[in-house]
Amino acid sequence: MSVSKLRTLFLFPLLCLLVLAPLSARAAMEIEVIGGAASKIAVAMVPFQAAPGQPSPGLSQIAGDDLNRSGQFRLVDTTGAQQPSAPGQVDYGVWRGKGADAVVIGQVAAQSGGRFEVRFYLLDAVKQTQLAAYSYTLSASQWRATAHQIADVIYAKLTGMPGAFSSRIAYVQKQGRRYELRVADADGQNPRTVVRSNESVISPKFSPDGSRIAYVSFEDKKPIVYVQSLQDGHRRKIAAFKGSNSAPAWSPDGRRLAVVLTRDGASQIYVVNADGSGLTRLTRGGNIDTEPEFSRDGKTLYFTSDRGGSPQIYRMPASGGEARRVTFAGSYNVSPALSPDGRYLAYISREGGRFRVALQELASGQTRVLTDTTRDESPSFAPNGQIVLYATVQGGHGILGTVSLDGKTHARLSESGVDAREPVWGP
Amino acid sequence: MNKIVWPVLVALALSACGTTGTKATVEDRTGGKTGTTSQQAGTETTGVGSGGVAGNAMGGESGDPRKNPASPLYKRSVYFDYDSFVVKDDYRPMLEAHAAYLNSKRDAHVILQGNTDERGSREYNLALGQKRAEAVRKALSVLGVSDSQMEAISYGEEKPRNEGHDEAAYAENRRTDLVYSDEQ
Repeated sequence: MSVSKLRTLFLFPLLCLLVLAPLSARAAMEIEVIGGAASKIAVAMVPFQAAPGQPSPGLSQIAGDDLNRSGQFRLVDTTGAQQPSAPGQVDYGVWRGKGADAVVIGQVAAQSGGRFEVRFYLLDAVKQTQLAAYSYTLSASQWRATAHQIADVIYAKLTGMPGAFSSRIAYVQKQGRRYELRVADADGQNPRTVVRSNESVISPKFSPDGSRIAYVSFEDKKPIVYVQSLQDGHRRKIAAFKGSNSAPAWSPDGRRLAVVLTRDGASQIYVVNADGSGLTRLTRGGNIDTEPEFSRDGKTLYFTSDRGGSPQIYRMPASGGEARRVTFAGSYNVSPALSPDGRYLAYISREGGRFRVALQELASGQTRVLTDTTRDESPSFAPNGQIVLYATVQGGHGILGTVSLDGKTHARLSESGVDAREPVWGP
Repeated sequence: MNKIVWPVLVALALSACGTTGTKATVEDRTGGKTGTTSQQAGTETTGVGSGGVAGNAMGGESGDPRKNPASPLYKRSVYFDYDSFVVKDDYRPMLEAHAAYLNSKRDAHVILQGNTDERGSREYNLALGQKRAEAVRKALSVLGVSDSQMEAISYGEEKPRNEGHDEAAYAENRRTDLVYSDEQ
């Protein structure tokens, strides 16, 4: 089963970006699709009828990129075809002829006060029926958010699963000796800096409701775990014990965090309340236990341990107790991440000196490698469980990438020229 | 290797080191920027500034044996083999000197900073670095140094001494540094 390489590269028009978003620097997104498109839903994203002064790129472009990145859609080429903007104008024969399963059309109208009204329609090209129709009134600053909402509607209607395009990610950007913890839209755009430091920041984790972020900062010349409000920027140290404090992981109810401390010697897992009170030790031993991750029901903790001689992923009851080994192949399996439905475990596996994202179906133990890179780190699932976000190195720079669960659709999210690392997907 | 030629000084006797010196250089690696900037969309940026970094006066050049390149106390790094946490015998004289210094100066405090090369998970590397720091802590403990005078922490792969990506660079980064609190 040789993989036929069908390379499609979509690059945002650089000019448009410079005009639209002088703040978000030169961002480029590339989507690479490998393999056949047999099972993909073919969508024609017809450019919405534009209004004077509307932001760029257009809504259909942003929403189309979202859908394309998911790996579950194939975008139908709309150039040279009719450009309908209302359902009555659609010639279904044209779109069926282009292989479209669905057609998305819309229009943007300028309103007073710099606002816009957007109407969009999702049409079933086979049944020639309307699947969804929405209108939005928005300011220019809500342009991209609206596009992501449109993509979520299309995704949900056509796949039956919720979309994750309106969610956020966090990552750490390093530029020279400056570190910034940033929160961005799920497509990597619209980044906002929430922590700036001259020392490293690692391991950001969104609270389950997305209102807070936990992370490890080295600003005090040792690793200390902080929890910071994303509303007002207020933060507190929740683990600053003697030794190293790291690897925060939220419990599903957002009230506690698992952390890794060395106050009693080796790196061991503890649980602490989100305000830093009520410390309880969970693992006991002289080996490394780190990178805890709660299951969605809060009953199980997955973690990395070298207790068997090499780093492997284990699981144990969240209240402590006997651990069972989860990964077996290879001598280096670390950084466990659970899919929201608990079906899959994503992690980093080393094989032949390459560190790549691997996926294990927990019930069957079946495992596959999703990426073809060499220095992958920090996998995490989209809120709908359909895509894995991770960090890797390309051309000597740290970049963020996403990969579909079948490993066939790869996208690059981060800007070029800076180092991005430690990504995590939030609600 | 790093051979710095210094005039051999009287301080070789490394006797009572309680001399107070005058000028001291303090390495400020925090930059110490503070302040908050408000950001769009209700999110405030918390400027990360850490504690004041005031210049603590350290022992003078001639009085402090830790500053004397001829002293074993001048050596501050223990290097490790790949995937190893064993303190090699070569470091015994150096660690004995530091243990003697700490035992003679009960108010001295040393931070053992473990480091790793850049390969693999950052959090796992943090734990590996900790293991290297802990190995040096135990070695000093065996030599009689009080636990209250030591703290083992890890930088993992976050503070490479050599930013290269080859084995030579990696070897330089697999180490534990001894940093005295009054020098930090």
